[in-house]
Amino acid sequence: MAEEQNKKPCRFWIWASASVVFRLILISFPGNLNLSSRPEVSTPLTSIRRLAEGYWLKQASMSPYAGSMYHGSPLLLSVLGPLTVQRIKGQPSHLLCSLVFVIADILSAMLLRGIGQKLQMAYGLNARLLGFLKSSRDKVILPCGDIAALVYLWNPFTIVSCVGLSTSPIETLAVILALFGAVTRRVPLAAFGFVMATHLSLYPATLAIPMIILLGYGLDAPPIKLFLQTRSVENEKSSTSTVTKQAKSKQTTHLPFLWKTVMHFLFWVLLWSLYVLVLCALSLNKYGGVEEMFKRTYGFILSIEDLSPNIGVFWYFFAEVFDFFRNFFLIVFHVNVLFMLLPLAIRLKHRPCFLAFVYLAISSILKSYPSVGDSALYLSLCALFVNELVDMKFSFFLFCGYLGISLLSPVMHNLWIWRGTGNANFYFGNAIGYACFQIVFVVESVSAMLNHDRALRRSSSNHGEVNS
Amino acid sequence: MACLVRSWIPLLFLQSFLVAIAFGSNEGEEFSEELLLKPLPDRKVLAHFHFENRAPPSNSHGRNHHLFPKAISQLVQKFRVKEMELSFTQGRWNHEHWGGFDPLSSMNAKPVGVELWAVFDVPQSQVDISWKNLTHALSGLFCASINFLESSTSYAAPTWGFGTNSDKLRYGSLPREAVCTENLTPWLKLLPCRDKDGISALMNRPSVYRGFYHSQRLHLSTVESGQEGLGSGIVLEQTLTVVIQPETTSVETNMQPSWSLSSLFGRKVVGSCVLAKSSNVYLQLEGRLGHESKNVDTEIEAHKLWMNSDFDLSLKPDRVIRESSSLLFIFDIDKSSDSEPFDLGLTWKLPSKWSCEQAPLHASRFLMGSGNERGAIAILLKATESQEKLSGRNLTTDGRCTIKANIFQIFPWYIKVYYHTLQIFVDQQQKTDSEVLKKINVSPSTDKVSSGMLEMMLELPCEVKSAAISIEYDKGFLHIDEYPPDANQGFDIPSALISFPSHHASLDFQEELSKSPLLSSFKEKSLVRSYTEVLLVPLTTPDFSMPYNVITITCTIFALYFGSLLNVLRRRIGEEERFLKSQGKKRGGLKQLLSRLTAKIRGRPIEAPSSESPAAESSFLSSKLIFKIILVAGAAAAWQYFSTDK
Repeated sequence: MAEEQNKKPCRFWIWASASVVFRLILISFPGNLNLSSRPEVSTPLTSIRRLAEGYWLKQASMSPYAGSMYHGSPLLLSVLGPLTVQRIKGQPSHLLCSLVFVIADILSAMLLRGIGQKLQMAYGLNARLLGFLKSSRDKVILPCGDIAALVYLWNPFTIVSCVGLSTSPIETLAVILALFGAVTRRVPLAAFGFVMATHLSLYPATLAIPMIILLGYGLDAPPIKLFLQTRSVENEKSSTSTVTKQAKSKQTTHLPFLWKTVMHFLFWVLLWSLYVLVLCALSLNKYGGVEEMFKRTYGFILSIEDLSPNIGVFWYFFAEVFDFFRNFFLIVFHVNVLFMLLPLAIRLKHRPCFLAFVYLAISSILKSYPSVGDSALYLSLCALFVNELVDMKFSFFLFCGYLGISLLSPVMHNLWIWRGTGNANFYFGNAIGYACFQIVFVVESVSAMLNHDRALRRSSSNHGEVNS
Repeated sequence: MACLVRSWIPLLFLQSFLVAIAFGSNEGEEFSEELLLKPLPDRKVLAHFHFENRAPPSNSHGRNHHLFPKAISQLVQKFRVKEMELSFTQGRWNHEHWGGFDPLSSMNAKPVGVELWAVFDVPQSQVDISWKNLTHALSGLFCASINFLESSTSYAAPTWGFGTNSDKLRYGSLPREAVCTENLTPWLKLLPCRDKDGISALMNRPSVYRGFYHSQRLHLSTVESGQEGLGSGIVLEQTLTVVIQPETTSVETNMQPSWSLSSLFGRKVVGSCVLAKSSNVYLQLEGRLGHESKNVDTEIEAHKLWMNSDFDLSLKPDRVIRESSSLLFIFDIDKSSDSEPFDLGLTWKLPSKWSCEQAPLHASRFLMGSGNERGAIAILLKATESQEKLSGRNLTTDGRCTIKANIFQIFPWYIKVYYHTLQIFVDQQQKTDSEVLKKINVSPSTDKVSSGMLEMMLELPCEVKSAAISIEYDKGFLHIDEYPPDANQGFDIPSALISFPSHHASLDFQEELSKSPLLSSFKEKSLVRSYTEVLLVPLTTPDFSMPYNVITITCTIFALYFGSLLNVLRRRIGEEERFLKSQGKKRGGLKQLLSRLTAKIRGRPIEAPSSESPAAESSFLSSKLIFKIILVAGAAAAWQYFSTDK
């Protein structure tokens, strides 16, 4: 048994380093295998080509947002910008940037592993508390951290967006950093990750809810009622006095919410966002300042100005919709992202990490400019919950769907854009299919998680009955 | 009688006054008509009509105009136009054969379609408004869609790349505009004699539009009178340049075709326009260097010039003057009449060959890449033969010989140019920016708001064989309403303008005759310019036929997402329902409280929820129903009340 446990990390490291080597091989190809021009990989927000243009404009003492090219963060511009022009002799010009993205990917994977290990420990602890580990020894807890990290590293979507020179690995890193900080209760780190992720791509702002829950109530656990039940069973067993029983149940009806940590977190968020804003203001001092930045980044995301095709459904919708209704639909679609936040938060408040995964998946579906990098993020987060989601329905169907979409998408794009034999509906149909699969995926995973909780309850009540 | 006289006297006064005004203004206003004919090396003939109309300073003579078109003077006064040029062109100027280094080509070789530029004399903030109004006014005046230049996505404000350094300059062009006779007619209306009399009578529409190239141009400039409070005069210069292939019967291919005015235009000149101060026809022959002496004083030598072994002129020129390499025959058409119409003819006797002077570099532009996603624009500058002759002229301070070339290019916003991908190749070798790029000015395009502009100055070594500039772009995706009716035809990128700031073309005939406006305009040094081809970029089109399908399908997806997720969240399996019910029974939730409250109000004993009789249920239901009906009715009444109130 011990030998096996030793072997496992060893195997993990082999696979992880293999993925890094694979990436290094891919980035050394000249011309990026043309991946950077794929609409699935680089969106107007994440394209490094646009970033290079922004950097060029800034070097020519113009606003990087002049023209409608660059829509990213000014901080990213000052970090990655110089790398886009520096060249190593005899190497492809994009090598330095690619190396940065590879490093970001490795870091994300390591952080994911850290999150996974924490979650795995919590899962084991809870299972022991509820008492199924005693009864069912055969049920093994899967090392979800290792699995998630490997899923992240070997996911073709991740590899493609890392090699394809889009900035989404960095956005992913910020999101995972925020989650890692919250899971390990490193409040400043969590706040930093959260602020950076929001600054880079706006949508992770929804993560505020799961992160506050995470910091307030602690890691994912089965619903509190279960503990109450098991405890009450135990109480019944141990003591017959009704007074103590009531007192005990009252004590544990509400898990203590750590207001102090949450306030601490909010304070740090404020501090970091001030810091980021000041930095942005400094770097855009001459070019319209922070206001211009908000207009060109968040404004661009919210108003969906760029109608170039991507794997989302918005571009075609807003290319076709009558101008009169444009604002109405903009509001409807953006509100849709926010609409499910509260119901989900109420239903899944005992599982903040899972909640974060669901939020990220939803924003990946309803994003204005989605890319496969977003899917890569939520798919690997999903792998953190392998223990809970083992009974997920349609997983093979979904796997085939994702595979089919990712194979069909380039074909349809080629038919429409390059050959001119197909029309826009081909590619849009593909995007609709992708959206549908993602929706089914989210719905099924949420339903599987709720079923898992139900199953826990049933088994624990059975367990209690057996015990009594 | 006395009363008659009394009524006559003021009338007479008025009449004499009017006559005075008319003559007074006539003194200031001058109109002249000229036609330049020039055989071209590639067996074609160039006809360049030149009409010039001068109006004196407006304040000195009031607002009455005798000859000058009122529409134009009003335009100038209203929009404070300092200088303006409008051209309608069809066909492309062949720089190789028709010349690129003479004033004629640098002024009259225009890009296809409509080109308009104007300099305003208004405060900086009002320039754009003036421009918009001007485009609308011109659009009405010339029956053309110049008003499309109104939107900020179609014009630009060049700073130095255009050649005129002014921050109040606006430039726009419409490459797609079809130029035809409906544009020529209003243009002719500005002439005092229209096309009824004088040289303009030659403008037979079929023959003008049959040509290889025709460009009608209108150039306006205000001339400061120099005196305080007088205002400024206006010079209106109207030119029409046509390149026609004369119909030839001779089978010899190397023989230049012979032609006459009547064979070219199908008409003859019958007298000059009586309102014109001067009406001249010029015939310019190029490349006649060797066999003539410098001075053409004697009658015999002059005779030799127009009737020799090479060619014959059907009419005797009034004067002959010569420039370095070309001969100019001048004809005055005043003498012609109905009985003796002016019909100049040129008959070649021997095969003749010559070449035109060319610009230092020949510019062409093309697209690279395939597919509808991205591409690159390349501008190729190739050395011409004349370059060796010119190269000595432009020595820089450090003794290097260089050619300066300005490139000015407008990009519509749907051509999203990546300026960082600008690459310059000189003789097939990539150069860094600092080596050849002297100056660059970029104003990037903003989506749906403004067009992009690129101005750059290259300094190339004189011995350069070819230079190429390439820049990459992404193609934009437009909203369906933004596509023109023939969306699949593609979109035009306006011509780039290549100018050579250190090269100036001028033809100095060294004559006292320089009072001829055409010759004096040739005498002025003009910037050597050439326009490149218009590029046609196909853009991807969405499916125009199914906006409804897209809207409904997308909304269905959203409904699917929202419905199914909400369903999963609120679904409870039977076991849980029972559990909740038992919880409710045990502890008495809000529902029980409510039922207790209603029971108290009704004054009935509390009913156990489990033993609800069907009758009670029905009564409860009916009360609920009544409540609902009242609510709906109330809402309807309120709605009615408020809507009628409005």
